[in-house]
Amino acid sequence: MTDIHATGRSLPNRLDNPLKSAVLSWESLLVLVAVGIFLLNSFASPYFLNAYSLSDLTFNFTEKGLIALAMALLIISGEIDLSVAAIIALASTMMGLALQYGADTPTLVAVGVGVGILCGAFNGFLVTGLKLPSIVVTIGTMSLFRGIAFIVLGDQSFKGYPPSFSWFGQGYVWWVISLELMLFLVSAVIYWVLLHRTNFGRRVFAIGNNDVAAQFSGVRVDRIKFILFCLTGLMSGIAAVLLTARLGSTRPSIAEGFELEAITMVVLGGVSILGGAGSIVGVVLAALIIGLVTFGLGLLNVPGIVMTIFTGSLLIVVIALPILFRMWRLRA
Amino acid sequence: MNRLLKNREIFLFLAILLVLVLVTLRFPRFAQPNNLLTIFNDSSILMMLALGQMAVILTRSIDLSMASNLALTGMIVAMTNAAFPGIPIPLLIVMCVFIGGVLGAFNGILVWKLEIPPIVVTLGTLTIFRGLVFVISGGAWVNAAQMSPDFVSLQRTIFLGLPLLSWFAIATALLFYLLMTRTPLGRALYAIGVNPTASVYTGIDVGRTKFYAFVIAGAVAGLCGYLWISRYVIASVEVAGGYELNIIAACVIGGVSIAGGIGSVAGVLMGAIFLGVINNALPVINISPFWQMAISGTAILLAVVLNARGERRKGRIILKKAEAV
Repeated sequence: MTDIHATGRSLPNRLDNPLKSAVLSWESLLVLVAVGIFLLNSFASPYFLNAYSLSDLTFNFTEKGLIALAMALLIISGEIDLSVAAIIALASTMMGLALQYGADTPTLVAVGVGVGILCGAFNGFLVTGLKLPSIVVTIGTMSLFRGIAFIVLGDQSFKGYPPSFSWFGQGYVWWVISLELMLFLVSAVIYWVLLHRTNFGRRVFAIGNNDVAAQFSGVRVDRIKFILFCLTGLMSGIAAVLLTARLGSTRPSIAEGFELEAITMVVLGGVSILGGAGSIVGVVLAALIIGLVTFGLGLLNVPGIVMTIFTGSLLIVVIALPILFRMWRLRA
Repeated sequence: MNRLLKNREIFLFLAILLVLVLVTLRFPRFAQPNNLLTIFNDSSILMMLALGQMAVILTRSIDLSMASNLALTGMIVAMTNAAFPGIPIPLLIVMCVFIGGVLGAFNGILVWKLEIPPIVVTLGTLTIFRGLVFVISGGAWVNAAQMSPDFVSLQRTIFLGLPLLSWFAIATALLFYLLMTRTPLGRALYAIGVNPTASVYTGIDVGRTKFYAFVIAGAVAGLCGYLWISRYVIASVEVAGGYELNIIAACVIGGVSIAGGIGSVAGVLMGAIFLGVINNALPVINISPFWQMAISGTAILLAVVLNARGERRKGRIILKKAEAV
């Protein structure tokens, strides 16, 4: 049970957590940032402000956002999963493999989601069963899962998914509301209830604040952490189905870098990387902000790799600002 | 056997030997001294990077930005060489170490002064540094034709039977050995990892020491930036993409505990050589290089299981309880 604490806890005294005191107003700040970027985008590009553009925009964050929802709970509990993108790669590869054996659409979806849950359970077992630090375990499984995808596919790719399967990534539920967006919104509500309105959610916070105390209060720490890893795997499996259906092909390098973006969303959303604090509303807003930024920059023809500078800086600046603010206030 | 398992270095040495023997049984030429030296030379860059990473991990931190730092520094030095071929190579190498150190110091400042968790900082700089490679190069490559002959040939120069690249690794290893075992800074790195609270009371500035660790890791990454570019004779945005995982893998396999405070120079060197041997053996025994990733993943998991077993016997539980109270 060292993991995040081991790398994250920089000083022995962690009573005053700057993120925790800022989190009260964090969501309102995020709303302001989102509105600001939205307005900037509207002025910057004439193509931005119409229903179909905005609908396209949502594809930028729905898949990563789905993972971020589960990742938020995992990080609040004091663990982390760096293998989510690799889980997508493996799940997608297995779906492609199933397709070669003539699987129909429901089977494909079941394979994708099932592989996701299994991978999550594997991570969960290594962390809770063998008491290993989650950061190294998931760095290991990250290589392992994507490695298996490379073994199966090499430099090849799987193509030829049936149209009924493509609907999962390209279909619309109503007008410009895509299935992906719908799934994201429904999942957000479910995770909000789970984290903020159930005993389970309270226990997740308790574990993140002090897992030893939680254990002595009768919380089954290991079981809850295991469930959280499975949930993260499940969401990665769902994301794998959506992404594969949207792209219509599987390469072993699929979804590279998703783990960083999902974690950026979580941290940007006000979740403390040290565990014990955070909210789903913040994560949803952060997902929206990242979607807006990348889409807006895309409309301005900024290359993808330059966008990563923005997301990377956003991550550091957004975390540094409240800390700087607190230091400035203490000095004044 | 149990004592043997406890001693990570001996265990790893035997594991490397086992792989060598197994491959040599089928392909006798594999274990020829020449090929072994090639493997050592191939592993040199990974060894150096892993040593830098070890300094950071010892302090309960992690540096995910080393590979991006390498790519950025490498691109800067390659472009400098292409534009001003007259600048002597040793000066370029000093420049690399300096730029890498500055990039590392950026990580270090954020960790030290703002107390942002290292994983968040370096996750951010991982993308920022690599993005900057694109910005300064405009996405273009610097290829062999643009580099000066000295730039490319320096590390291939044979000195006392070994290429200079190997000597770089040996010198770095010696420096790290001295740093870790003979200097106050080295001891402070270990002390912080074992018990940060006690370190504060013994007068160690925890934040500052972490800062130094990041500068060291950055400087090593910068040096490797030159070595990598001149070895593969191409500088592009994709250089060493994802290599940060191999670096951490070498550390973990070498017995460095991600919880901090445990790790040795010899272990890390062996961890890097182990990965080097595996990578060299795969094509020889006719296994597709696509297996490489899954194998290093498995090696990481096995190593971390072994690490955890070793650590549990050391009675650190008592300290942990005292800290929790």
